[in-house]
Amino acid sequence: MNIDSIHNGFVIDHIPAGRGMKLYELLGLDALDCSIALIKNVPSKKMGKKDIIKIDADISLNLDLIGFFAPDVTVNIIRDGVLVEKKSIALPEYLTGVIRCKNPRCITSCEQELAHKFKLTDAENHVYRCIYCETKASTEQ
Amino acid sequence: MKSLIDILDFSVEEVNALLDTADDIIANPDKYAECCKRKKLATLFFEPSTRTRLSFEAAMIELGGSVIGFSDAQNTSSSKGESVSDTAKVISCYADIIAMRHPKEGAPLVAAQAASIPVINAGDGGHNHPTQTLADLLTIRREKGSLENFTIGFCGDLKFGRTVHSLINALARYEGVRVVLISPDELKLPSYVKTDVLDRKGISYTQTTDLEAVMPELDVLYMTRVQKERFFNEEDYLRLKDSYILTPQKLTAAKKDLCILHPLPRVNEISVAIDDDPRACYFKQVLCAKYVRMALILKLLKEAGKIV
Ligand SMILES: [Zn+2]
Repeated sequence: MNIDSIHNGFVIDHIPAGRGMKLYELLGLDALDCSIALIKNVPSKKMGKKDIIKIDADISLNLDLIGFFAPDVTVNIIRDGVLVEKKSIALPEYLTGVIRCKNPRCITSCEQELAHKFKLTDAENHVYRCIYCETKASTEQ
Repeated sequence: MKSLIDILDFSVEEVNALLDTADDIIANPDKYAECCKRKKLATLFFEPSTRTRLSFEAAMIELGGSVIGFSDAQNTSSSKGESVSDTAKVISCYADIIAMRHPKEGAPLVAAQAASIPVINAGDGGHNHPTQTLADLLTIRREKGSLENFTIGFCGDLKFGRTVHSLINALARYEGVRVVLISPDELKLPSYVKTDVLDRKGISYTQTTDLEAVMPELDVLYMTRVQKERFFNEEDYLRLKDSYILTPQKLTAAKKDLCILHPLPRVNEISVAIDDDPRACYFKQVLCAKYVRMALILKLLKEAGKIV
């Protein structure tokens, strides 16, 4: 793929088509002032269609969030215009501070500054459960 | 620091060893009478549960230890807004081990993460109650001789009954356990327990609404309370609460060595007429609960290096 435009930054590739915009929002990319490209519905041999996000800035990306929301994406790391690393993002074992537990009976609903933490309990079906109350996480949030 | 928050925190080997200790305590109580001398158990009951609290307190006293604590959050600093985590840190300075009951799910885990002493989950809302499960396992093992190769029927509220989910989780780790689920349609076992536990572990199970029809198959019958607070309206509760009441007449087709369990308190799920039947094991279960809590306190204090 074409990475000409990126000097130091990332190309998040193989995002399932239609999820790019949501991932863009979740990663808080709208708050950055560097150049960012969100490319939708790119033809892909493997996936039919895919979305791609290019970020021309060396920011710290929340890989857990990417792994949870769009598993099987590839994060290409570009330094001085050269592709230095191709990271396949697997499902993270734990998600800390990424998503919130929505169970009102859960201790996370009232304990001061307690991070919401989820554990991968079923990798096959991408199921995450709150470590405190075992409520299933929803990808919809 | 080893704590007990979820029954699955312990391996099968650990559970078996704990039950062995409990058996030994029952056989030789004097041997254990001073094991926890000068040690303190803190019972932190953020919601009242007199039965469970007294069981823990009796357990610690029979080990020669003493007890501090509270049984009502109204009079504690948590009513002033103190976090569970801070409470656990403070109590760690006073006591050697904590038994915590809390209405919020996961509160004992938060306490265990903050405390410098072992924490026992004595019930967190509708979530876990691992010492009840240990008591159930001990009773079944003492009555049946083993935790393998038997058929257990769960009857009543299988939807909200946390004791049922937890016992199924624990039994799924033993060989040859068959499960019969007996409940009204409204209170069926949640499908995630079936897929995540029963199906995954290859446990054979059947589902029915008819207690009498399956009675002859059962080696163990686990009755549960249909709790009023689980219903959104009074009408549903009143319609369902009497659906699954155990009477002497329903027991006519049961095995001679059936073991009847109930986590108690009962409302009316088991007729009082059954109490004198040798198959009624629910009061033995209460006794087992105390002994298994003794074994648990010993295990955790030993592993924490507090006793030898
Ligand atoms: Zn939760």
